[in-house]
Amino acid sequence: MEILNLEGAEDTPKIILDKNNGIFEISGRSLPEDSAEFYRPILEWLGKYGASPNPKTSFVFKLEYFNTASSKLILDILSKLEDIPGMSVMWYYNEDDEDMQEAGEEFSELVEIPFEFKTY
Amino acid sequence: MKYIYELHKTMLQRNLILVYEGEFTQEITKSVLSMAERNMDSIGEESNIKRKVFNVMVECLQNIVKHYEENEAPSDRNHSAIFLIGKHQNEYIITSGNPINLDKVDMLKNKLDQINGLDKEGLKTLYKEIIKNNDLSEKGGAGLGFVDMARKSGQKLAYDFEKLNDTTAFFSLQTTISREPSEL
Repeated sequence: MEILNLEGAEDTPKIILDKNNGIFEISGRSLPEDSAEFYRPILEWLGKYGASPNPKTSFVFKLEYFNTASSKLILDILSKLEDIPGMSVMWYYNEDDEDMQEAGEEFSELVEIPFEFKTY
Repeated sequence: MKYIYELHKTMLQRNLILVYEGEFTQEITKSVLSMAERNMDSIGEESNIKRKVFNVMVECLQNIVKHYEENEAPSDRNHSAIFLIGKHQNEYIITSGNPINLDKVDMLKNKLDQINGLDKEGLKTLYKEIIKNNDLSEKGGAGLGFVDMARKSGQKLAYDFEKLNDTTAFFSLQTTISREPSEL
């Protein structure tokens, strides 16, 4: 399966989705002008991955900041992940960033996926 | 040219560190954000407070961009908006002002009053309700901006509507972020 690799920018996160090497990561800042448009390829990629996933997938969120429009799309991503067997989420947050910790906790309450929390 | 000095004086009196008036786009949002970030970095502002200010700024600026884009004649000066940041000893004050259709006043007022009537837990519940049940608007808004601003600031959102004519009102919105670490 092809690798999805997006360089991060000032207002968009860095994204790597690599089935063969088992790397699934979204990191950085997310405040794109059109969040639905930005996240569409990610959702499409996950749709294909869901058809033949690895036995176990650890999906990493390491976000420094995301706006409210992105939060809606993050929930869409999580809903996609929810349907994939063997899925778990690693939610990273800066150790003094309570808001990011809380955001992760809230997402974990909205979907049925095991979350693991880590500081960086 | 006295107005220049007057403007300068007003900015100093109100502790305004940044004022932008005009057209609002994503590019301008990014520039304003990076100016404010540099300003906070230069005084060694705490990362916690910096993040909150950044957060509220993004929601505020993107609200205006989305609203601005729906206007038919964006070149019309009547559609330009203003964004200000004040830095005080104990708090940052983030303010925006933009013209809106008069018929939106009640909807906005109800929304803001509802948010201001909720405590921390109530805001969390509302946030989760909206994120679960609402689709993105045509303009790409999640309908979460005000709720998020209230949550991140931990204080009430101040607002005002000034009727300009039969169709337009000027909407001002103000969010305060405390610089006292104990309150966070």
